[in-house]
Parts: sequence; structure tokens; C-alpha cells
Amino acid sequence: MIVIVDYGLGNLGSVKNTLYKLGISSMISKSKGDIEKADALILPGVGSAKQGMENLKTQCLDKVLINEIKKGKPFLGICLGMQLLFSESEEGNVQCLNVINGKVKKFDSGLKVPQIGWNSVKQKIKTNLFKNISSRSSFYFVNSYYCSPDDKSLIIGETEYDVNFCSVLIKDNIVATQFHPEKSGQIGQQFIKNWIKLI
Amino acid sequence: MITKRIIPCLDMTEGKVVKGIQFVNFRDAGDPVVLAKQYDKQGADELVFLDITATTENRNILLDVVKRTAQSISIPFSVGGGIRSVEDMRLVLENGADKVAVNTGAFNNPRLITDCANYFGSQCVVLSLDARQVKKGRWNVFINGGTTDTGVSAIKWAKKAVSLGAGEILLTSIDTDGMKKGFDVELTKIVSKNVNVPIIASGGAGKIKDFYEIFEKGKADAALAASLFHFGDLTIKKVKNYLKDRNIPVRI
Repeated sequence: MIVIVDYGLGNLGSVKNTLYKLGISSMISKSKGDIEKADALILPGVGSAKQGMENLKTQCLDKVLINEIKKGKPFLGICLGMQLLFSESEEGNVQCLNVINGKVKKFDSGLKVPQIGWNSVKQKIKTNLFKNISSRSSFYFVNSYYCSPDDKSLIIGETEYDVNFCSVLIKDNIVATQFHPEKSGQIGQQFIKNWIKLI
Repeated sequence: MITKRIIPCLDMTEGKVVKGIQFVNFRDAGDPVVLAKQYDKQGADELVFLDITATTENRNILLDVVKRTAQSISIPFSVGGGIRSVEDMRLVLENGADKVAVNTGAFNNPRLITDCANYFGSQCVVLSLDARQVKKGRWNVFINGGTTDTGVSAIKWAKKAVSLGAGEILLTSIDTDGMKKGFDVELTKIVSKNVNVPIIASGGAGKIKDFYEIFEKGKADAALAASLFHFGDLTIKKVKNYLKDRNIPVRI
């Protein structure tokens, strides 16, 4: 069973809908027991980093998630769910889960912030996550902040929005995307299908 | 490179999609779920759903229609109409919306924007702004479904709403709405220049070249249209191919 982690934020319903369309059963839960029993976890994301961390801590889910990730459980972080994996975020200057070393930075450019819309993902590394998805395919983004991992070799997809930023990364059992695969039409569904096959 | 978005809009009342002219004279355009699915398949970049009579009828938004529509599509979905509190917004998000548009509720209580942005993030809060030209170079904000002139400048309100936390502006020109004579390029350009968040231009699309103009001259980030797509005058694909041929970045 895939568990979509409910931390009182995020478009949980959208993620569940997409999995349902792909014929994959999942459950939305905030229970420690469900999260520990899950075969894989998805941390979705719409919201602010500060509120996100606050909610995870109030529900005591921060330690549970860190433990599950360290145990090697397949994990997909989406948008804010990607950013929360990092050491710290400039959004509210908050300490995050720190399972990936690096910072979450604000877009600081002449372009409009937040970035809202479809942008292309340049594939840096060939992996089964991109199976049947051509390089530079467009995915849907909604973000004011982006992740900057210390270890650049984790970056498997990159996107340009004045700066080149990490839009997909893999670190051991973690896959994280700045875009919303659950909102990226058929290509996004293909991406989720590919992730499911890997886990 | 980020692409310009083409967004069909479902204006809803009593569970049906309707389309009016200058916010009155509504005509039935069909079932929202059927239309939504169709637009997703045709390559729409996003979908906007506005319950246009929720405020004037003083009732809550049609959550079951929001839910059924959200379940049937795989692209982003913004919902607005009658949003007055953080709780209203949470309910809409829980039912599958990705972004929530606030209009009259935010004008009457600007703190709503800040509260929603603090909780759900700015990217989730769309300011829906209905404007009408009152004299040359001056547009006022109209609320209550376009029926009330607030006397406040549209540019001033747009700037204030962004400073309060709105992450995007859905800018509708009442003057051009439903007239099919082109978007309001002047209004869009001036608002786009004054704020640093994406602008969705709305109202007036009638011909394919209107889309080119609103991106090229109006500096819009997205263009919204309703009747043109509902009644089959144009398809999203045709619009996108036309734009691509003219070097406007679009997702094909």
C-alpha cells in the first residue's frame, strides 16, 4: 500500500486521484502505524515550508518520516514535499528534515515569482524514471523556491527559470520533484507509473 | 523555458456551465465534467472554474461539482466563487482544487489573502479582479459579480493584493467580456507591469490573433477564454499551433 502523508497541507486529493486513475490503490493518512506499514510514501506539497514543518512537528511526523527514509522505504517528495527534505529553507528561514544536504532558495530574478505554468525538464541522467518521456518534456510547476542540493550528482533533471535549478533528483530510495507530476497530464502520469515500477 | 498558458474557463451557476456577455445574459454551455475532460484531452494547460453567482446568492460554492470535475482531469484546476474564509478555501482544496480564486470576499476583507497565503502558500491564492474602465487610463475594481463599483483603482488593488500574498491575478475586463472583440490589452499590460506575479488575462477572446496580441502586447502570462472554446469556434490546439508559429512558447 502506498501512503500519501497527510500533514494538513498539500493537494492530497489530487495525488490520490492520479494514482486511482492508474489503477493503484493508496491511502491518505497521518497515522504513524500506517506510515510505518506502508510499502512506499508520498509527501505531496502545496503550502509554505514554515507551516509544513510546523504541522509535521505538531503531528510528530518529522521523526517518523526521517526514520522510514533511513530504513530505505521508497519515498516520493513533490514540490513542497521535495523542499522539506532539505536542510533548510529560505521560506520563513526554517530548518527542514535534513535528509538531503542543501538549501531551498527563493527565485531571485527579473522573472515573475511564483513561477506558475508548464516548463521543460532537461534530463541529465538516463534512468527508468524517464522511460517513455522525452527530454525537455513539459511538466507543471508552481513554486517561488527551488532546491539546491550540495551534492550536484543527485540532480537527474534540470529546469530553467532564469537560473537552472534542480527539478528532479534521486538519492538512494528518495525521488523528489519540484514539478507536480499529478498535475502534468499524461506525461506526469507516465512519470508516476515509472516511479511505481521502480519501487 | 516557461510556456504561455491557454486556459478554458467554466463559469458555473446552478451546476451548469454558462457564458454571459459583460456578466449578464447567460447562455447554457453544458455539463462541467464533460467539458473539463474534453479540454484536458485537447491540451488545455489549466482549468478555471468560477461559481459566478455564489456571492450574489450568498451561498457556498458547489463542492460536489468541484470534486467531480477535479476527479476527471489531470491538469491544474483553479476554483473560485463565494470564498470568504480560510475554511472555505480548505474545503475547495480538499475537494481537489489546486488553487483558489478570491474576489469579493478578499476585497471586503483583505486579511483573507494573507491568512490563506500564510496557510496554503501564495502560489495557491489567485486574486480574481474584475475591472471596468471608468475614464481614460483609469479602471476601477467591481465586486459582487461585477455589479458594484468599489471606486478603487484596479492597479492599486492589484498591487495591494500581491503585497498581502496573492500569487497570481486573474484579470477580467468587464468591458471586453463576452464581446469577442479581443482581450483588454491596455488594462492587462498596465497591471502586468505593476506587479511581479503572473497575470491571467480574461474577457474578450474572439479570434485566434487575439491570443497572440495579449501575450505579445498585453504581457499576459496566460490567456483565458470560455465561449470561444465551449461553442467550438476555436480549439485549443489551433490556438497553440498559431502561437507556436509566431514564436510564442506554448506546450504542444
